[in-house]
Amino acid sequence: MIDHRHIGYVSPAFTTQVERGRLKFFAKAIGETDPVYTDPGAARAAGHPDLPVPPTFFFCLEMDRPEPYGWFDDLGIELPKVLHGAQDFRYHRLAYAGDELTFDSRVTDIYDKKGGLLEFVVQDNRISNQRGELVAEFIRTLVIRHG
Amino acid sequence: MAEPSAFDYTTAAVGSAWPALSLPPVTRLTLALYCGASGDHNPLHVDQDFAREAGLGDVIAHGMLVMGYMGRTVTRFVPQTALLAFNSRFQAMTRVGDQITCTGEVIAHETDVNGRPCLRLALRATDQKGEVKTQGEALIALPG
Repeated sequence: MIDHRHIGYVSPAFTTQVERGRLKFFAKAIGETDPVYTDPGAARAAGHPDLPVPPTFFFCLEMDRPEPYGWFDDLGIELPKVLHGAQDFRYHRLAYAGDELTFDSRVTDIYDKKGGLLEFVVQDNRISNQRGELVAEFIRTLVIRHG
Repeated sequence: MAEPSAFDYTTAAVGSAWPALSLPPVTRLTLALYCGASGDHNPLHVDQDFAREAGLGDVIAHGMLVMGYMGRTVTRFVPQTALLAFNSRFQAMTRVGDQITCTGEVIAHETDVNGRPCLRLALRATDQKGEVKTQGEALIALPG
């Protein structure tokens, strides 16, 4: 069982720069065909300063930490048992290629169901840009399967 | 699949269907590309040996790949600046060979916390057998 004293666990501060090449690669990976997400000229024509970060890519940027699963070790979570249960984004403003985004990530809940067969870990993430503006928030719910 | 020539979400009534997005079958290449591009290098999605050891039989797709498809279902008609919130519950594993179709339905007109008029879209990703993989909602700001 995951110790509930880890509720409140804060991951190390993390800042990363959004790269055009990664956004294009991500667009390819999800089959994106809208040039706004791959062609800076099309993005500018649509009123954006550069390629926008698509809605789900904020989750991916958080995984660019040096040790993206380091917090699993700290909490005693075994990677092979983990499934992604739910994901919840709230958006405040767009982010673009070239932006520097800072992630503030903390565990806000740990609970179990089915007599402990399933454990749930909830982590909140707040993402701000280089101007200190809140860009987006997301809540990740992980499911840890036992047996 | 032919792209719908136009869909105006700003006039979509509650109960109206959102144009579906049909994806090609998930291949191991799909998973490898998503692994690299997303930065989520969890071996469960690309390493068959690891997935077998974990008791899953074979690799499974990233839930976030399916959510990425659902995001495209929204943003091909909605400027991303109008997307206020987007959530998913991952209900079944997506496997190699699964062919995902994303569908949606406008379920409410409402106002957000700032009093902006919005529409709430229910989204669903199902496979070729009709199994629901992921369900979610998007909150989309309306002009005016």
